[in-house]
Amino acid sequence: MITVEHLCKTFRTANRSAGLSSALKSLFHREYKEIKALDDISFTIPDGEMVGYIGPNGAGKSSTIKVLSGILTPDKGECLINGRVPWKERREHVRDIGVVFGQRSQLWWDVPVIDSFELLKDIYKIPQNAYRDRKEELTELLKLGDILRTSTRQLSLGQRMRCEIAASLLHNPKILFLDEPTIGLDAVSKIAVRGFVQELNKKYNTTVILTTHDMQDIEALTNRIMLIGKGRLLLDGSLEEFKALAGENESLDELVARLYCQYHI
Amino acid sequence: MKQYLSFFRIRFQTGLQYRTAAIAGISTQFVWGGMEILMFKAFYEASPGAFPMSFEALTSYVWLQQAFLALFMPWFWDAEIFKAISDGNISYELCRPAGLYEMWFTKNMAIRLSKAVLRCFPVLIAAVFLPAPYGIMLPGDIQGTVLFLLSMLLAFGVVVAFSMLIYISVFFTISGQGIKMISSCLAEFLSGAVIPLPFMPDGLRQLAEFLPFASMQNAPLRIYSGDIAGAAAWQVIALQLFWLVFMCAAGKLLMHRALKQVVVQGG
Amino acid sequence: MKLYLHYLSIHVRSAMEYKTSFILTALGQFLVSFNVFLGVFFMMERFNNVKCFTYSEILLCFSTVLISFSLAECFFRGFDMFPSMIGNGEFDRILVRPRNTVFQVLASKIELTRIGRLFQAFIMLGYGIIKSGIKWDFLRVLTLVLMIVGGITVFAGLFIIFAGLCFFTLEGLEVMNIFTDGAREYGKYPVSVYGKTVLTICSYIVPFALFQYYPFLYLIGRDVPVWYCALPVLTAMFLIPSCLIWRLGMKKYQSTGS
Repeated sequence: MITVEHLCKTFRTANRSAGLSSALKSLFHREYKEIKALDDISFTIPDGEMVGYIGPNGAGKSSTIKVLSGILTPDKGECLINGRVPWKERREHVRDIGVVFGQRSQLWWDVPVIDSFELLKDIYKIPQNAYRDRKEELTELLKLGDILRTSTRQLSLGQRMRCEIAASLLHNPKILFLDEPTIGLDAVSKIAVRGFVQELNKKYNTTVILTTHDMQDIEALTNRIMLIGKGRLLLDGSLEEFKALAGENESLDELVARLYCQYHI
Repeated sequence: MKQYLSFFRIRFQTGLQYRTAAIAGISTQFVWGGMEILMFKAFYEASPGAFPMSFEALTSYVWLQQAFLALFMPWFWDAEIFKAISDGNISYELCRPAGLYEMWFTKNMAIRLSKAVLRCFPVLIAAVFLPAPYGIMLPGDIQGTVLFLLSMLLAFGVVVAFSMLIYISVFFTISGQGIKMISSCLAEFLSGAVIPLPFMPDGLRQLAEFLPFASMQNAPLRIYSGDIAGAAAWQVIALQLFWLVFMCAAGKLLMHRALKQVVVQGG
Repeated sequence: MKLYLHYLSIHVRSAMEYKTSFILTALGQFLVSFNVFLGVFFMMERFNNVKCFTYSEILLCFSTVLISFSLAECFFRGFDMFPSMIGNGEFDRILVRPRNTVFQVLASKIELTRIGRLFQAFIMLGYGIIKSGIKWDFLRVLTLVLMIVGGITVFAGLFIIFAGLCFFTLEGLEVMNIFTDGAREYGKYPVSVYGKTVLTICSYIVPFALFQYYPFLYLIGRDVPVWYCALPVLTAMFLIPSCLIWRLGMKKYQSTGS
């Protein structure tokens, strides 16, 4: 269960202009620009729900994920995940979550994938038996079989993403954050990843929060959509409600583009 | 010529943008120079008779070395060039209407110069104001100054021409790493970057003075401090000129052959 | 500790994937410090002694500093490379794992190529030990070990300060090289060679002299109090400000995310 109430986060960035004189000036007096990354965000996500979190770049998606995963401390507001405040009890909290950053790898580049898994086992202190069962299960579901013995740098993007997801799930987290998990994947891999996430959710009732620009991912996986822009939560409703907003012959991509326009974000 | 100049300008401006890095670099160089001089002072006190040059000449040598480090550092390599050769992007460069050798030569000069210009003046000015034996001597006479400037220019050319040879050698080997390392270590020691050449034992010293490395920082720095003067200075400059011409010619020749190879293999 | 060994084994295997590059880099490390050694060798050959230290004594001093530095750089490389870790988001990954952050940064990079430098340092140490004519007893061996451990501590502290400062700014941090590379470069001679001012700075501000100069005097049998040999222990105090800076930086990172 995730509850978020009135979350606010403001970043200050120093205003800098070119030139030597302004560089000298900034030594004594700096002008700051305030950016509201999160502006009074509240929502509740029950266990087992799959949520699509969408919004243009810089809307506050990644700030939200950072707060939820304990990396970022908000200025104001409360957040409780399974009874814990993420940034206060970071180490206990992160044991229960899995994070997949689509653009970055957590696997070791030059050694076989299985070695990265073994290391994660030690990092998360997963008992040997639990680890073995979990690994076998993930291997079967994600069809990792022979690629576990290959080193990461020799894998295709799709194979690598499957391994990334498995790596994030070895410790059997209750909540999974997926940040653009299908970016750059071919059709076959995309479908495989989606199918797996669905199965995972069905079997373990894992809560999934998905940020993506790919509306097909959203459509295939989530039953709830949250739209964020300029730090504010603009829409929060079921996939059906969202689809109902679309006009005739309007695809989801077109709908999203129109909404961005409408909200000036 | 114009195209080289504009290329030069762009590189130069990029280099100038990193102001904070320059300030950090200057402080580092200043501390380095100070420590170096304190160290030599201890040796000087241990046995002034064994000191092969005057102490003032040595301090000038050290400060000039720190001020113009960016011009002469043998371990500086342009990673872009190595990359262009090894991943085949060289074919793009070949499309440009400029000689590749000249272009790389300019590029290297520009990078080094832009680094040096920002850093040399503060170090030099501070060194001038240091008390007598620790600071830098002002140049003695006009002739010495002219010789020094001439020698500086040649030394700079020799350093770049030498690194060009190393870049080009990468065409003929698969990994440039080994050559790069050994050449920069040799150049560093034999050009007098670790200790000035006069401090080396006889035999090695005479040999080193004939090698191209001595035509790098060793020559101008010792001419400035008066350690090499008069006819000897002219000799050193002639030797510098010889090495510069020789290495440029060798570089262009090798480059020509290397590019032929590239064209034949299809890049 | 077990987890650290696990990291270590992966680092070793990764490095072995690029054997040629590994060997060449290690060789390069050797050559670079060999140049420094040659400089010392020729200077000592010409002058015989400096501030009453003989060639073999200088080599002892030089080798302990070089051993400390290579080991510190080998194992604390993660802090040395910290700007890139913040830049590419690797540090966020560390934060979503249930382990101590300092430990994870420590384990994330282990630079085995420093073995080239270490190799040279041990040769010099061996030569210094044989030629210096020190009468070895338990206390002197202990002093030598303490000097090396103290050196690692100070260098590690410096690396951690560097990383901690990275949370605040990435510009101008090259200044830290004055202390790290500078100490490696100029630590070849006992600190007193550089005069009183430098010795004072290195005793009270950045405690290089605590592991290099004072215990070294005891080691080579100069007329100094016995407690000089225990001074390297004090370098542990240097870790207090460094960890403080690190924690401050962490706090800032968690409140700004950059």
